[in-house]
Amino acid sequence: MLAIDNLKKHFGFVKAVDNVNLDIAEGEIVSIIGTNGAGKTTLVNLISGYIRPDSGRILFLDKDITYASPYVRIKLGVGRSFQLIQLFSNSTVLDNVRTALFSKYGMIRRGLLPADRYSSVTEEAIKILDNFNMSDKKNLTPKGLSEGDLKILDIAIAFALKSKLLLLDEPTSGVATSDKFKVMDSIVSAIKKEGISTLIIEHDMDIVSGYSDRVIVMHEGRVMAEGKPDEVMENKEVKATVFGIVS
Amino acid sequence: MSKNPRWIIYLLIFIALLFIPRLLSIHDLMLFEYGITFAIVGLGFNLLLGYTGLLSFGHGAYFAAGAYTVAMIGKYFPKAYSLEILIPAALFFSLVLSIIFGFVCVRHTKIFFSILTLSLSMLLFALLFKLYHLTGGSDGLRVPLPTLLGVSFKGIRRPEFLSGTYYYFLLGMFSVSFLFMKGIVSSPFGKALQAIRDNEVRAELIGIRVRRYRLYSFIISGLFVGLGGALWTFVNGHVTADLSHWVFSGEIVYMTLLGGFGIFEGPIIGAIIFTYLKLYAMGNTQYWMFVIGATLIVLVLLLPNGVAGAVSSLWPKIKKKNN
Repeated sequence: MLAIDNLKKHFGFVKAVDNVNLDIAEGEIVSIIGTNGAGKTTLVNLISGYIRPDSGRILFLDKDITYASPYVRIKLGVGRSFQLIQLFSNSTVLDNVRTALFSKYGMIRRGLLPADRYSSVTEEAIKILDNFNMSDKKNLTPKGLSEGDLKILDIAIAFALKSKLLLLDEPTSGVATSDKFKVMDSIVSAIKKEGISTLIIEHDMDIVSGYSDRVIVMHEGRVMAEGKPDEVMENKEVKATVFGIVS
Repeated sequence: MSKNPRWIIYLLIFIALLFIPRLLSIHDLMLFEYGITFAIVGLGFNLLLGYTGLLSFGHGAYFAAGAYTVAMIGKYFPKAYSLEILIPAALFFSLVLSIIFGFVCVRHTKIFFSILTLSLSMLLFALLFKLYHLTGGSDGLRVPLPTLLGVSFKGIRRPEFLSGTYYYFLLGMFSVSFLFMKGIVSSPFGKALQAIRDNEVRAELIGIRVRRYRLYSFIISGLFVGLGGALWTFVNGHVTADLSHWVFSGEIVYMTLLGGFGIFEGPIIGAIIFTYLKLYAMGNTQYWMFVIGATLIVLVLLLPNGVAGAVSSLWPKIKKKNN
């Protein structure tokens, strides 16, 4: 589904992403872990089109999207969430999701009938919120939500766009430790239901291991190790650099 | 829609408005009509400020476009001087002007947007002011009474015209504008504008072409303001280049803030209060600008959501007390 080929992005002397190769299969949940500055967010920014690479290629569904605009990528089905939450802060939770649906269906040009009249869209929005256990909060604005709920809503919006590939940048950062697993449970169960391919960026191995099919460890812009969560955990090099355990 | 108590209140207010000409003196009625035309202006202005998050300091330009269309047709094409031609013509010219100005302005946001709108409206001001032989310059143009569906109002004095046919015409135009704008802000299109207002980055990322939708909002806003300007000319009887001056644009901003831009009905209430406030302040003291300025300070410090915002935040408390 997604194939990254020798992708490179340097900021001056900093090799943020350095010759990274990566594949994600359909319906697969892949996590990228690594210390701060390992190049994880840069990689997500390259895939979602925020920044352009120096060299290398990104193929999505066999189309070359290396230099495509973010808008084109969204239309193709690459959705993302943000480490720093990006929401429509004065609109209700329902409208946050519903606006994404209206946009997805090309209905935002319709300017006369109230949004409530499009009941099928409203129902679909509620169903998406249901998937994330959020439908009871549909009439609140983001100001009244907990950090965990904000994260979930952020992802629900990306979800509403019917993305085929979701890029989740630190879905649990800022969430209280006790809520982290609850948040991940909601997100991953919704993703699995729809069979969406997902790339999760995290630095907490505990959170990642239970939810991903495959883990990729990045360090200083390069892929250091790759494999099933428990295999990666046992890798000596990973233990030393990422977890700081020397055995 | 009928189940919503809000619509029952709207209907009651509309019925009450039908009887206003019998209740108010001709002087107060004229003021009220000024208020209604500004209410239409406020509705349009607030689509841009309240729903799209863009503060224009040059909306006088579209007001002037509507007003000058009427006055110039009156001067140069007196045969076409009937309301059913004047209103579409005014809409057309304010449409053209807001497309041109909007195209330039929506490239920027925040203070840059405000300054651009201001400068462009001052450009129009300069034209209206300097092209004396066409526009009457600082003397402006007189606006005679129009005909409506072939009915001429010749021989009728302006106050009579304003308290009869024209009041109901104005009320009709206001109601249509109100319903249109209400539809727009609650439609998917309106939701897209609010998404842009709340978070431009995310709006782009859910597939909204932000700049294009800002332009749409700008144009619709300009149309409403142009309509308000055209309707205003008959109440005022005279147009001058000042309509495109930034001071006048500032008044549009002021009345919207006074009513509250966060609430749909805010600018309407603001427009009507402002009209009376300005006139009574002007009538009672030569320091009327001081009154207006002081009110603005009080407003910003104590009622950031305007009069309508204050009332609507009191409403739940009153309800609670009664229970």
